[in-house]
Amino acid sequence: MSEREGSQREREMSEREGSHGSHPAPIERQLDRMTPAEAMRAGAELDGVHIVHKRERFPVPGTKAERRAERAVALCFVLTFVAVVAFTVIFIAAPWHYSLTDNSYTWFTPLLGLTMALALAGIGVGAVLWAKWLMPEEEAVQDRHDGRSPEVDRQTTVATLVDGWNDTGLARRSVLKRAFGLGVGALGALAIVPLGGFIKKPKDELVSTPWKAGLRLVDMGGRPIRPGDMMPGSLATVFPGVPGGLKAPDAPTMLIRLRPGQTVQPRPGQEDYGWEDYVAFSKICTHAGCPVSLYEQQTGRILCPCHQSQFDVTLDAKPVFGPASRSLPALAITVDADGYFVAKGDYREPIGPSFWERP
Amino acid sequence: MSDRASLAERAADQLDERLGLAGGLRRQLNKVFPDHWSFMMGEIALYSFIILLLTGTYLSFFFDASMGEVRYDGSYTPLHNVEMSRAYASTLKISFDVRGGLVIRQIHHWAALLFLAAMTIHMLRMFFTGAFRKPREINWLIGITLITMGLLEGFAGYSLPDDLLSGTGLRIASAIMLSIPVIGTWLYFLVFGGDFPGTEIVGRLYILHVLLVPGIILVLIAVHLALVVMQKHTQFPGPGRTENNVVGERIYPIYGAKAGGFFMLVFAVMALLGGIFQINPVWLYGPYNPAQVSAGSQPDWYIGFLEGSSRIFPSWEIHLWQHTLPPLFWPTVVLPGIMFTLAALYPFIEARLTRDRALHNLLQRPRDVPVRTSLGAMALSFYLVLWLSGGNDIIAAKFDISLNATTWVGRIGVIVVPPLAYLMTYRICLGLQQHDREVLEHGVETGIIKRLPSGEYVEVHQPLGPVDEHGHGVLEYAGAAVPKKMNRLASAGRRVHGFFAPVEEPAPVEEPVMDEELERRELAGRPSDPNA
Repeated sequence: MSEREGSQREREMSEREGSHGSHPAPIERQLDRMTPAEAMRAGAELDGVHIVHKRERFPVPGTKAERRAERAVALCFVLTFVAVVAFTVIFIAAPWHYSLTDNSYTWFTPLLGLTMALALAGIGVGAVLWAKWLMPEEEAVQDRHDGRSPEVDRQTTVATLVDGWNDTGLARRSVLKRAFGLGVGALGALAIVPLGGFIKKPKDELVSTPWKAGLRLVDMGGRPIRPGDMMPGSLATVFPGVPGGLKAPDAPTMLIRLRPGQTVQPRPGQEDYGWEDYVAFSKICTHAGCPVSLYEQQTGRILCPCHQSQFDVTLDAKPVFGPASRSLPALAITVDADGYFVAKGDYREPIGPSFWERP
Repeated sequence: MSDRASLAERAADQLDERLGLAGGLRRQLNKVFPDHWSFMMGEIALYSFIILLLTGTYLSFFFDASMGEVRYDGSYTPLHNVEMSRAYASTLKISFDVRGGLVIRQIHHWAALLFLAAMTIHMLRMFFTGAFRKPREINWLIGITLITMGLLEGFAGYSLPDDLLSGTGLRIASAIMLSIPVIGTWLYFLVFGGDFPGTEIVGRLYILHVLLVPGIILVLIAVHLALVVMQKHTQFPGPGRTENNVVGERIYPIYGAKAGGFFMLVFAVMALLGGIFQINPVWLYGPYNPAQVSAGSQPDWYIGFLEGSSRIFPSWEIHLWQHTLPPLFWPTVVLPGIMFTLAALYPFIEARLTRDRALHNLLQRPRDVPVRTSLGAMALSFYLVLWLSGGNDIIAAKFDISLNATTWVGRIGVIVVPPLAYLMTYRICLGLQQHDREVLEHGVETGIIKRLPSGEYVEVHQPLGPVDEHGHGVLEYAGAAVPKKMNRLASAGRRVHGFFAPVEEPAPVEEPVMDEELERRELAGRPSDPNA
């Protein structure tokens, strides 16, 4: 190390010593003679904090104004006490059980919230007013020392790191270094491999539904549906008549009876999917998977309430507005020997939102 | 009394003998915090997180994160005998069969909304005042991470009750996962443990919601605050304030009393909202059923921008070699990815473009940095168009507008509005800058009309400081607020008292004068007696 660098370091070290403020540290003998306020200021100077302005809010103690301020703050704290008592009483004594006939329980939660808010606000307002009205006005200036560390710290730290690295000998023991890297890398893999338990191979659940040929269309109550059950222009949500069919997330289907005069232009290959004036489409939106639910029978449009995709029933549920890009898959239906609606098979394409593997 | 004091002294003495904490404690007690109303946003975020931890812990004792089916037999008779998951049934239990459970649950939900809102506004404050500049880029990155974690935490939280609304949200989330190219279906099966909804998702979201994500948030908040303590708070320019100091009040006792009181006030507002304003009444929605949805379904506010982006994005499906890229991928994966990446990188982009490598501890007024302020306005207006589009069905219904028209307004608006916002903000910034200089040169309009001997009428202007031989002010603009009205003269350059309106104060009896340098700065930001 050259002499110039050495003297620079000394200077920086002495600057750093002096950075705790220009005042020398008060020695104990001086402290004994200081009032608490003076000792506080001396301590603040040690921390680089200069109290440039400090004034009592009420320079003359005991004035009417001061007593008024004190009373107001005290009142806030008393309010908290009262509110906590009220909260406890309401919590214990007020009716709170749900009842179809007696509405008095509806007051329980609002009253709890109100008294809780009053209790918290009492302490909150009191503390803020206390600080603003009664504690001294203060303006303090603290020195800021930011930026890089002193040069001596930077260089000695780097030297320590380099020296330690040399002590490990990794720089010259290349076999050890590689082996160590290999082992630690393998440990990292050990932390990741067990996460493989999360992985499930995507199966054909995305492309198949519980619908099968001959399965009856049932309503939410599990009752099968006959052609005469629905009014023209109406829509019913139907499910496959198998156990669990009502809950299957990919099964909900809309059975729509067209209005007189309404016709559907079928997509190629779906010409015989409807049955007389009935058509059936998957209820799961091809955009984000919400159930499309809002059917406007005048225009034959189905609206998804999540992102407002619109499908035109007369165009075989083709999307006509909004973010959806695919038609709702149609379910081929017919009527069985007993006169109930049945499916002619599963959907011929995956229902619901598109995904990468879908052609 | 003296006994107690001596007991405290002895205890402190014993502790210090073992830990040697006195010096460090004094340094922390003496820490100076600058005071400005806009610095409270981060505080609100912190306080709402504490409220979330308190109320969330309470709720966790009653909530059952299971998708096992039960028949409901609790107090809420309208749902008697309905089949539902244990998660939904236990949420009903908290709402109807735990005394005071509903108020805690509602406080928790309101505090979650506030947590995200406060973090977002805190971020805007950081952005528009340049607080993210060197040396605070690390804290900016932590802040962005906190907001993304907050979004995840909020979404996981409101998906837990397994009601009709949250189940619909989860189904949309599942479609978003499916939309990701190549790994989409794998991710979907990994997250749900099978096809949607499966039986595992609520339990998995629960452990994310109560352990993993809040743990990460807690650690990040701790580092965030530790960095604020280490680097010390920024401050607005003003008399005596330099890059090398912090002017304000010490933590103990004044700032601490104010901050503690403020926590109580935030908690009080949450309690009031939680008690009086119903939020997420899951018993009205019913249990999740993939075949049902209610019209006007809306996510919590912070997901609204994604809801909007998916609503207005066109139906562009891309087909590549027998593979499909769904339209949902762009507005819900790519767009937020770009938004958050840009936000995270902004400090580095700005530093690169302005070649500014200096350390900054003094904040900037937004008007003084028109390009950044206009970029911020542009980003904000983009976000707001998306957010409003997320509620376009509500807007269409309430204002009787065509639904499709509101979608088109969003599609066009998201492209047209941001550049307009940029241009307008830029002009406003320049105008405000010019006005500052004008007032510094000519003084404040007094409203007093004087008739000269020649018969001419002139308005008397109050100079802000010393004037030259032509009567023009000689004060330079110093980055601090310039008073524009007579009754703001006393507030010039000092911290603004009061939230909505300045609090008038009598002129100070004594001026804190430390040295000539300070006195000079004081003059630069504060009017002096023109007769002096």
